[in-house]
Formats: sequence, C-alpha cells, structure tokens
Amino acid sequence: MTKIISLLSGIIFGIGLSISSMVNPEKVLGFLNLFGYWDPSLVFVMAGGILMTAPFIFFFKKKPLFADNFVIPQIKIVDTKLIVGSTLFGIGWGLVGLCPGPAIASLVFLNFYSIVFVASMMIGIFVSKFYRN
Amino acid sequence: MNIINFTPLSAFIGGTVIGLAVVLFYMGNGRLAGISGILKNFIYSNDKKFDNLLFLVGLILGPLFYSFFSKSEIPFSITINIPTLIIGGLLVGVGTSISNGCTSGHGICGISRFSPRSILATIVFVVIAIITVTIVGRFF
Repeated sequence: MTKIISLLSGIIFGIGLSISSMVNPEKVLGFLNLFGYWDPSLVFVMAGGILMTAPFIFFFKKKPLFADNFVIPQIKIVDTKLIVGSTLFGIGWGLVGLCPGPAIASLVFLNFYSIVFVASMMIGIFVSKFYRN
Repeated sequence: MNIINFTPLSAFIGGTVIGLAVVLFYMGNGRLAGISGILKNFIYSNDKKFDNLLFLVGLILGPLFYSFFSKSEIPFSITINIPTLIIGGLLVGVGTSISNGCTSGHGICGISRFSPRSILATIVFVVIAIITVTIVGRFF
C-alpha cells in the first residue's frame, strides 16, 4: 500500500507544480527578481501548500495509516551545515531557477537542460558526502 | 518594483494541490515529502528504495496528467549557458543535501510543522537566491 501512496503522492505533487507553473524556471526566476520585474506568484504557492499541510501535521500525530510510525527529523539545533547548505542551495537556485522538485518533474519534457541539471544535482548530492563540519 | 505575470489563483490552487500530496504521503506513509530528501534517500539508502523511486516516477508523470486533463501545454523556458547550468545543479545538490532540505522539505513541510530550523533555512535560501538573481541581472 505504501507503494501506491508513494506513486500517487508523486503524481499529485507533479500536478500541483504544473498548475502553479513552478516547473517553469522562468516563472521561478520572476519571483526571485524582486528588485526588477517581480512575479509574487511563488508566495501564493507556498501559502497554499502550508495552509493545506499544517493542520494535518498538527492534529494527526498518532500513527500513519500504512506505516508503523511517523518519520520526522529530530534535529533541533541550528548548525553551520544548515546555513552553509541553504546558502549554496540559494545560489544554485538563483542561477538556474530550478529546485529539486520542479527539476525532477521537468524531466518529463525530455529537455536537454533539465537532464543536465538533474545529473549535476545528483553528482552534487554524491559529493556532499565528503563535506565535514 | 514592478509587478508582472502575477497569477495568484493558479499559484494558490497549485500550492494547495502540492499540500494535498504532502498530506497524503504524511498520513499514509508517515513521511515528509521533501523532494531533495527523497532523492538523496533513493541514491544512498536501501530502505524504502522502491517507495522513493515510485514517488520520483510519479513526480515526472504528474505534468503529463495535468496536460491530459487540462488539454493545455505546460510552459517550460530556460535560457542559460551550460557551465552555469552545471554549477547551479551541483550547488543545489550539495546545498540541499548538507542542509537536509529544499523548497519542499524546509519550505512547505518544515514551515507547516513550525520547525525553527526550516523557517531559518527557507529565509536563508530565498534571500540568497534573490541576491544571486539581482547580481546576475545587474552585472552579467
């Protein structure tokens, strides 16, 4: 059952990215271009996502329907990894306009650029193994 | 500041649908749908490997379903040189991996569960990305 849920969640996630045009790097760069011609749409995507998600996470804590327990990150401290990582991610996101979700969803277009981006991203994930605090 | 191409309704509806996917994955499988985390786990971990693969496959199929039912093309436009594209991809991979989250993991899931770490991470990557776009736009 968890397999069906995984596939279905992925599909719905991809549909959401399509409705909101977030698979389009140009649209995302429009949001990041705050000091030029600004497209505030991404704020509304985040708001929609959070308003939908927050109540369920807040009230539904006992046990998932098809798994034994919830897997929630337990780290509480703010460390240099969090700040350094977020900074590097921000630079990459600003350079291209793609973050992991839209990048993977955009593979559907069989576009050369999105394939190269996802391949680089996977190499990046692999390289991060060698990062030490 | 000049506002252009603003599509609040489709953005909000799309965001709500993304939230629906997060809720389904959370209530059903007990996991948070952070895409960088799912990809990282798929690469490194043998635990729930097929679940992670199916999620990623679904993510790629999602736009097809949308196109089919809405009978509309999804705009996809990217203008960038290849070296910058590769550097950007590497930075997104390294960055999301060492900070344990991206726009979905920290941005939507993290903020939804009021995690101070995720709220801070989201502020950092959004501000840095805005600075990056501003610098690139001015000087290149």
